[in-house]
Parts: sequence; C-alpha cells; structure tokens
Amino acid sequence: MIEIKELKKSFGDLPVLKGMNLTIPSGQATGIVGPNGAGKTTLIKTILGLVKPDSGSICVNETLLNGNWNYRKDIGYMPQVARYPENMRVNELFSFIKGLRNQEPVFEKELIEQFALESELNKPLRTLSGGNRQKVGATLSMMFNPDILFFDEPTAGLDPRSSHKFKERVKEEKANGKTVIITSHIMSELEQLVDHVIFILDGNIRYYGTMKALLEESREDRLEAAIARMMGDDSPAESAAADKPVQNYSNTATEILTF
Amino acid sequence: MKSQTLHILSNEWKTLLRGKWVIGYGLIFLMLTDSLLRFGGGGAEALLSLSNVMLLFIPLVGMIYGILYIYQSREFVELLLTQPIDRKVLYWGLFLGISTPLMTAFIIGSMLPLGWHGILILDGGASAMVLGLGGILTLIFVSLGFVLGLKFYDDRIKGFGFTIVIWLFMAILYDGLVLMLIFTFGQYPLERFVIAVSMLNPIDLARIMVMLEFDISALMGYTGAVFSRFFGSNLGIFTAGGMLAIWLAVPTWLGLRVFKQKDF
Repeated sequence: MIEIKELKKSFGDLPVLKGMNLTIPSGQATGIVGPNGAGKTTLIKTILGLVKPDSGSICVNETLLNGNWNYRKDIGYMPQVARYPENMRVNELFSFIKGLRNQEPVFEKELIEQFALESELNKPLRTLSGGNRQKVGATLSMMFNPDILFFDEPTAGLDPRSSHKFKERVKEEKANGKTVIITSHIMSELEQLVDHVIFILDGNIRYYGTMKALLEESREDRLEAAIARMMGDDSPAESAAADKPVQNYSNTATEILTF
Repeated sequence: MKSQTLHILSNEWKTLLRGKWVIGYGLIFLMLTDSLLRFGGGGAEALLSLSNVMLLFIPLVGMIYGILYIYQSREFVELLLTQPIDRKVLYWGLFLGISTPLMTAFIIGSMLPLGWHGILILDGGASAMVLGLGGILTLIFVSLGFVLGLKFYDDRIKGFGFTIVIWLFMAILYDGLVLMLIFTFGQYPLERFVIAVSMLNPIDLARIMVMLEFDISALMGYTGAVFSRFFGSNLGIFTAGGMLAIWLAVPTWLGLRVFKQKDF
C-alpha cells in the first residue's frame, strides 16, 4: 500500500510535482501515463527514496518515508536504463545484490530460465545486448519476491519474444497479489497489464481510476485514444509546455565522455 | 551494516582489478621508482624525485578517477540506492571501494623497488612518509572528485572543468601565487599569513612535510621555507600532518553530506 499526501517537488525553479495525493492499495496493478516531463519518473523516484520531496508525505506499507531505507526490502525496481559496471559478470551482479539486500532470492532460477539468461550468466555485462541487460534488470527486480514492483518503461528495449515473456511474468506477479506499478508510453501494453490508470499532466494527477471507467467516460474503446483525448482537452499551450521541460540533459553528454 | 560496507568495497576491488588499469597505474610507479633508484643516485634523491612526481600526479589521477566513477556508474549507483540499504553505508562502500585500490596500487608499486634497492631499510622513515603521503593524497583527491561529480551530476563538462582548474590551481599555480603576494606585500610581516595560506592546500602541506623530512629548505618553495623557520622540523611535520588529516576529513564528510541529501 502506498499513500502519498500533498507531495511537492521542484528541481530548481521548475516544479515537477505540484501537490500530489495518491493512494495505491496493495495488490493493484497500476499504469502511470503522461507526456514526457510530466513527473512520472520523479514520482517513482520519490517513492523509492532516490529523490527527496520538498514537502508532503509518503507511506509505503505503513512506513513513513523520512530517509529510512528498510522499507525498500519490499520493493523491486526495474530502471528505464540498464547500465552496469562493465567488467562485472551477470552472476556476480546477482550475488552482489543478494549480499547487499541480505536476502535470499526466491525466484532467481525461475526468472533466469524464464528470460533465457542461462547462456549470459558468465558474460561480462558490457558484452550483453541492451535487451539482455533489461532482462537482467527485470530479474533483479523480481527475484527477491517483493510486494511492490516498479517497472519504468520496461519493454522499451525488448524484442517481441522477451517482451511477451516479460508481460506473462508480470501477469503472474499480479495474480500472486503483488502491487505492480508500470510507467509506459505503449498504451496497448498497459491495456494488457494493468487495470488502474494514473494520468499525470504537468505535475498533477489529471485522472486516477480504473481503465474501464476511463474508457467509458471518454467513450473510446482504446486507452491510447482515451489518453490522447484527455491530453487534447487541455489547452494546447499547456500540453506543449508539458512536453518540453526537464531531461534534456541526460543524454547529450553521456556518450561523449564515457571512455 | 559494517559487513555491507565491506561487501560493496570488496565488489569494487574485484571489478577494478579486472579492469586492469589500476594495475597499470601501480606498474607506472614501479617503473618510475625503479628507474629513479637506478639512474638517479642515492635513496634520498630518488625519494625526492618520486615525491615530486607523486605530488603532481596523484591529485590529478585521484580527482579524475573519482569524478569519472560517479559519471560512469550513474545508473548503477541509482540501482543500488533503490536497494534496502542506508545511503551512508553505500557512500563509504563506494568511496573506499574505489580509493583504496588506487592507494594500494601507488603504495605497492613504489614500495617494491624501494624494497629491492634496500631503501626501505636505509631510509625507512622517509620512505614511509612519502608512501603514506601519497596514500593520503589519493584519498583526499578521490573524495574531492566524488564531491565534484555529485555536485555537477548532470553537467559533466563543468565537473571536469572544475577538476582541471582545481588541480592546476593547487598543484601548479599555488606556490607561484603565494610568492607573488609576498613580493607585492613584502614590507609587511607575512609569516603567519603564509603559514595559514599553505595550510589551505593539501598538496602544499604534503610538499612541506616531505621537505621538512629531508631537511632541504632550498627546494621547499617559499611556503615550505617559512614553515620550517616558524615551526622547525618536527613540530612542522606534526602540524602539517594534523592539517592534512583535517583535509582528509572535510571532503569525505562533505561527500557524505552531498550523497545523503542528493536527488538522484
């Protein structure tokens, strides 16, 4: 269960989260959608403790977040970009994280098998393809059997087969009563995986409810159309502004300066 | 908690050793020390030359290395931060995990030739001082690199720019600037001021300690000479050593503070 109250965060002069209120009950599969820079990743990062809020409160499984870390043992997170130390081998990475979490993995073998990673286990991570690295990230997020799972654009780099397998796995986790939270730009994917949708626009929650209600309300039969319509409802100037800010720094210098 | 720090530390050691260039770094110091001892005359001269090279390069390598680690491991560090682990533990694990291999590479690389040429026994105290100072400078400047990397997390150009400027300033320009100040304000009693100023630069402090140990004020640069006259050898080494310890504590503490409060 995640409870967020009046959450505010700005980076410099730029407000990213503008007083969000949100409750995600246990066992719910939720998709977070919204234009680039709307605050999706910041919201997730705040819940994970990567970003410290300016004001407001977050409770994860009844633990109030105030710089504590133990609550994260119940959380699995698969980041958008999977980059690991180049010389580390896949199984070394796994055993490193195991030691760090001080937890025994529950689904390690199962996930390795499911994502067909056996042949990659002894390879250094730099030699892995982007898709395989994503799969490593997915394995890491789920192998300790946490209650809450965060996937940040999980299938962006996966081929159709892996993507399918990943989705099957997420459905299993869902069936096992896990809280699953996914951000994605691929609406068809969310249609398959989640039943609640949070639509974030410009640092505020524009819509939060079941997918079904959203579709009925907007009188569309596809999520993509419903979301597009909602984005279109707001004044064009506002949605244009929402498309622009933040994250323009992250990629520019990355490649130039890596040796 | 301690075991987790060690866990991170040992993991960094493993990946670094496999990266091989830390070993290369040690080998450079090995070859340098060996050739200095072979061709550069006696032990004291060789140690002095070694310390000159060390005072110039360890700060640069340490800082670049620290900042590069932050930039290169960004996604990995963020992944580690989402694990159930205290930020403090993670900071110490990462910082010690990358600074101690570098420190060890320098110390072992330079110590071996000193050993087989017999200098370690002949000039034990001086050797230990040079090696120890190199180690401490490594820690100081890796942590400065860490601080810069965390401060300019998204602006790498700025981060590297500051690194180079700080290095140029501390390693090369500093003594010259002090000398210029002294020429300009030569009529005033400046001793205390010069001592205070020399304490603000860890490289200067290390240089002063080396010079006091070898007792060669002619090579000391201005700050060293004043230091020696003001404190005398032993007290001078002691004071400079104490200041260096503060220099070690401040950036590491600053790095920890920034790391704990940062939005990743």
